[in-house]
Amino acid sequence: MPRPGFVLEVDRSTPPSLFWRGENFSLEKLPAGRSRVIYPPEPLPAIKDIDGAIRNALLNPIDQDPLPSLLFPGMKLTICFDDVSLPLPKMRRPDTRQRVIEAVLDMAADAGVEDVHLIAALGLHRRMHEYELRHALGDRIYDAFHPRGMLTQHDAEDPDNLAVIGETPHGEVLEINKRAADSDLVVYVNINSVPMDGGWKSITTGLASYRCLSAHHNGHTLQNTRSLSGHREHSALHQSIWRLGKVLRDHGPKLFQIETTLNTDMFPEQFSFIATREWEWSARERATYLATTKALKRTPIKLARKIFHGMEGPHQMTSIQAGETSAVHEITLEHVYRQQLVPVEGQTDILTMGIPFVCPYNPDGVMNPILVMCMGLGYLFNMYRNKPLVREGGVIIMTHPTYRDFNPVHHPSYIDFFEQVLPDTTDPVVMGQKWEKQFAEDEWFRHLYRTGNAYHGVHPFYAWYWGAHGQQWAGKVIIVGGDPATVRRLGFTPATTMDDAFEIASDVVGRAPTITHLHVPALLVADVS
Amino acid sequence: MFSRKPARFAAARLAGALMPGRGAAVGPLSLEPDEAPALPTPEWVRLKPRLAGICGSDLALVDGTASAYFDPLVSYPFVPGHEVVADVVAHDGYAHGRHRRVVVIPVLHCAVRGIAPVCAACAAGHTNRCERVAFGHLEPGLQTGFCESTGGGWSTEMVAHPSQLVDVPDDLSDEAAVMIEPTACAVHAAKRYDGSHTAIIGAGTLGLLTLAAIRATSDATGPIIVTARYPEQKRLAKELGADVVCASDELPRWVRSTTHSLVVGDQLTCGCPRVFDCVGSSDSIQQALQVVAPGGEVEMVGMPGNVSLELTSLWHRETAIRGVYAYTRADFDTAIDVVRSAGLERLVSATYPLRDYTDAIAHAANAGRRGAVKIAFDMRSH
Repeated sequence: MPRPGFVLEVDRSTPPSLFWRGENFSLEKLPAGRSRVIYPPEPLPAIKDIDGAIRNALLNPIDQDPLPSLLFPGMKLTICFDDVSLPLPKMRRPDTRQRVIEAVLDMAADAGVEDVHLIAALGLHRRMHEYELRHALGDRIYDAFHPRGMLTQHDAEDPDNLAVIGETPHGEVLEINKRAADSDLVVYVNINSVPMDGGWKSITTGLASYRCLSAHHNGHTLQNTRSLSGHREHSALHQSIWRLGKVLRDHGPKLFQIETTLNTDMFPEQFSFIATREWEWSARERATYLATTKALKRTPIKLARKIFHGMEGPHQMTSIQAGETSAVHEITLEHVYRQQLVPVEGQTDILTMGIPFVCPYNPDGVMNPILVMCMGLGYLFNMYRNKPLVREGGVIIMTHPTYRDFNPVHHPSYIDFFEQVLPDTTDPVVMGQKWEKQFAEDEWFRHLYRTGNAYHGVHPFYAWYWGAHGQQWAGKVIIVGGDPATVRRLGFTPATTMDDAFEIASDVVGRAPTITHLHVPALLVADVS
Repeated sequence: MFSRKPARFAAARLAGALMPGRGAAVGPLSLEPDEAPALPTPEWVRLKPRLAGICGSDLALVDGTASAYFDPLVSYPFVPGHEVVADVVAHDGYAHGRHRRVVVIPVLHCAVRGIAPVCAACAAGHTNRCERVAFGHLEPGLQTGFCESTGGGWSTEMVAHPSQLVDVPDDLSDEAAVMIEPTACAVHAAKRYDGSHTAIIGAGTLGLLTLAAIRATSDATGPIIVTARYPEQKRLAKELGADVVCASDELPRWVRSTTHSLVVGDQLTCGCPRVFDCVGSSDSIQQALQVVAPGGEVEMVGMPGNVSLELTSLWHRETAIRGVYAYTRADFDTAIDVVRSAGLERLVSATYPLRDYTDAIAHAANAGRRGAVKIAFDMRSH
């Protein structure tokens, strides 16, 4: 029986806590008597018969007819799937998407459906490389569909392949992929790693145009998104998306949503110390930690990245549900919370977090400075329910090298954003008004997004907006171990050591603040009372 | 005094390569007792320099990196210094007892050399392109400060032809006046500005002055991107009217985004129609070619010397590299206004007495790093 997550009160006998530092780790001693560490629940057991569970979900959907009854000869069937941003790290083959889509295709073949199209629902993310598509879908699907042009990647900048479905009472236009819009049935295959994903967000972002996305992906909305992981009514983003979802449901194609959850068994055996609670480290894990950190210090950064991004997580499916989008998503959230929720009593003055080598926007790439901000303030800060772990005006301390380094293939507009936008402003609303349009309409970025493997020109803004609430909430953000000039450009404060960071933080929170360390990954959602 | 001493040239080159400006201590430059040059003709006048700036071309000489091209265009030994504000020494036939504070137009063109009729370039008003700078009754020398016959500003006395003198308005300080000559260079360069997207590479003295001159002499408000290396240069470039100030490696991306260019390899498909290269190195010229628009022009404001370039793009994109050398009298008149309106005396960061010439040159050679722009010699206490 996996142990639930818990909150450890740090005392004199507590060993140092593990922090990610990009492509390395460190152990940090937290002050006794006023620090606590939040540990995620242990990984839930995976479904034993995954293929059986998939088939069962398709045959017994929620508030929806069984999938086979929705399939008929001559129909136009479109299967959409989450892109390379999920899961992290990538899962061992076969990927959940492959298993689910193979089952859907088998049923489509049985029903005599011939016009089947697969679309990677990447929104404004980068196009997946062939090896990534093969990993997600399997060689059989890739080889059957891609050569015939029946496996494509969504292009939010292709005016000939976008269709307006309708408009919300708030003036938000729902414009999505035309093939999907014109289909008799759209099947969406989702992997849910965090509560903010899934539901209506799958199609209304993954298949949307820039015009559609900009209605809710903006500084104002994200500053007013007070709960990305908890209550939807406190998330301006999700309110907007759910309004668009209603338009999709009422005026769009028939939908069949398939959502899956994974357990948090994310790292291979040789990195078991990451998920093990420090006082339970075996002699082998201690040795592995020491050898790993020392070796990584001497490893060229490119090689270190290759090692980490090459990792395949053993995580496996813990649930699958299919049918009507809203109903399906509610059950998905229950499963996500069952795996990730940790009750935490009260807020803290200082929240510490280690920033890993990867976030949803740099698989097989570089965790550039903007993504460090996005991961810290956008993702980890927002992994709470009810209220943030850190009190308003408190201090967030991250650990990451925050090098000024970018992947020019994946993140070309991020470089310009760093060089041109951030020296001008770090305010999400101001940059949105002053700079976003220029990046969004930049012909070169558009070209790279459409034909290469680049994130859309506007994507660095979205990454920055993601941290808007955290940025507004925190009184100070400190990055330990980051390149000082780069950290300052982000609007944060650099510190050399954790002790220095606590000293710097004392200006804001006094000399005896409470400290909470978010022991991630694995993923967790703090249910703050 | 700068003498022809090959061994010291070699020493200066070596020392300068190790640390810019170190050539002053070991090279052909030396501090000598003043020997006032003779007046070449009676109409010439004697000057007592007040301030004399240290220019990039002076530093190239001191560190032994100046091009061999100049060898026949200078005459040894000479006293350097062509950015000069000086007092005219009264004499019978000229000053009539009135105190004159002047700056010197250093170009030693036909009229200064007593050559008649003047060459075609001088006749056309392009005295900076004079074809006779190695002829006439003066020793060879393209400018005062490189000619044995005239002396130079790094001294307590020199000579000048009356046509070289420009009176300094009373409202200008000596520090402002010493900026007039380099500003005249910038004014001359700024004439190539056409109001389109423009890049200025380098924010040393020439880069900043070119920016100031463009902003002061043109009503056009086309965006100007300036590359700057050091914080003080960035601050000044912003103050003087740059729309964008960026690091050198950021320039291609700034030009790309502001000109809506695409990229092929490292080459922008579009770019700036005008690029002012105020550095003159292989890297800066190559970068200028990278960001200049097809059919556009790279204006060489900085003195280039020996460089190595990949010029295929110049051929393919029909771009041009064009020199910008010196000025005419009209440029000096404009420069006075630019210096005044832009407050360019603030660019004089430090002055040194002549006896501290090695420190002064070291400071000038590392000006950017040390938060300085223009370093000058101060002879006012002599």
